[in-house]
Amino acid sequence: MSEVVIVDYGAGNLRSVARAVAHAGVDAVVTAEARVVERARVLIVPGVGAAEDTMTHLREGGLDGPVLDFIASGKPFLGVCMGMQALFDYSEEGGRHECLGVLPGRIVRFPQGMTVPHMGWNTVRVADHPVFEGIPQDSYFYFLHSYRPQPDEPTIVIGETEYEGVRFPSVVGRDNVIATQFHPEKSGRQGLRLYANFLRLARERGTIGPATASVA
Amino acid sequence: MLTKRIIPCFDVDNGRVVKGVSFVELRDAGDPVELAAKYDLAGADELVFLDITASSDGRASVYDMIARTADQVFIPLTVGGGVRSGDDMRMMLEMGADKVSVNTAAIERPEVIEEGAHRFGSQCIVVAVDAKRRPSTAGQPQSWEVYTHGGRTPTGRDAIEWVREAVKRGAGELLVTSMDTDGHQDGYDLALLRAISDAVEVPVIASGGAGEPEHLYDALTEGGAAAVLAASIFHFGKYDIPFLKRYLADRGLPMRPADAESAVEV
Repeated sequence: MSEVVIVDYGAGNLRSVARAVAHAGVDAVVTAEARVVERARVLIVPGVGAAEDTMTHLREGGLDGPVLDFIASGKPFLGVCMGMQALFDYSEEGGRHECLGVLPGRIVRFPQGMTVPHMGWNTVRVADHPVFEGIPQDSYFYFLHSYRPQPDEPTIVIGETEYEGVRFPSVVGRDNVIATQFHPEKSGRQGLRLYANFLRLARERGTIGPATASVA
Repeated sequence: MLTKRIIPCFDVDNGRVVKGVSFVELRDAGDPVELAAKYDLAGADELVFLDITASSDGRASVYDMIARTADQVFIPLTVGGGVRSGDDMRMMLEMGADKVSVNTAAIERPEVIEEGAHRFGSQCIVVAVDAKRRPSTAGQPQSWEVYTHGGRTPTGRDAIEWVREAVKRGAGELLVTSMDTDGHQDGYDLALLRAISDAVEVPVIASGGAGEPEHLYDALTEGGAAAVLAASIFHFGKYDIPFLKRYLADRGLPMRPADAESAVEV
């Protein structure tokens, strides 16, 4: 049983997330089963797709409760893209859809008239945070989204990105939660470093054991 | 600031890349994994694989190829060619593709766009359009006709009208190839690119006609494209990606520099 669990709620490229974790020398299990999530020591919720479908899949799969319990337990949590947006109170994507409510705020669309989706490589300006250790300021990461977070508390913003004059939070989190709007598993070497940092922090906190998997 | 993207495109037959490249030193030019890794190092922003495998027996080979490539290369991969259904899309995404490109199937059964956008999100559905100039009529604006089946079958559909519909149905990106300029290395069809990028709000990838660095610049400025896709300009080793990125950056376009740093071994 792997200690690092990647939640599969039926959307997108999870294989690359698992490979990015493997690259850091850690085995991960990809699962849609609540009982596996309940036993996780590190949890990653990745994902692409629409907010409504994501929340429906999480609820119907009985995963929303275990994810919330996990976050409340204080163990290391990483959300990526839709896995980040789902943490907020609600999303305005295709109407108003209640999300997990872990972080205060909502998910809103980019203004009309902009090229949407925001797709491609953009820079991230980050506050000092250990998951960005060794990653130069204003490094490029790969984005693929049409909606962006609008937090109610500025303290949860860890990194920001500018797109066509709109500045938005691209990294958010607090306590044991870190979440990115971009896809670190698609962002080349800096993205792999982010995964490695996240897993190293989990190891240093004693949440997971030493790296065991062979590095690919 | 969002950067403009340079996207090398590879034709794949039975899991092997069939158009060789010469600017990178390769042990095996047909191996998609080795090729993808080299292009990643050179600063390619994404990679597109177009599966041209004719036999249905060979179709499984592309899935294996996607998986092997995605396991080693951590930049976005788009795969197209022979995608007919939502289940085809699901297979490619599960194997590690980030985006799936549909062309003929989207024209024949436009609901496939909605199906893909609904199941996987618009952001991973690329609609590829092969367009050819219609003879111009006095007093009428230039128009283009959509072709399918690798450019062999005229559809009678107007390209601008079709891309509007495709985006309405959920396409998250358009890959626009001009059949008039493709293969000539004489520049992209800038009027086509401009007409399409003005008609929709999703990103447009320019394809067909790149031969010189200024062609890329023109597509990204005058043509309004978010990305340029090319094959020959790389395959014949005329210009490499770091050179092209420096050229475009020097002319004021936002480009992601080739990542020379290799502290993390890929």
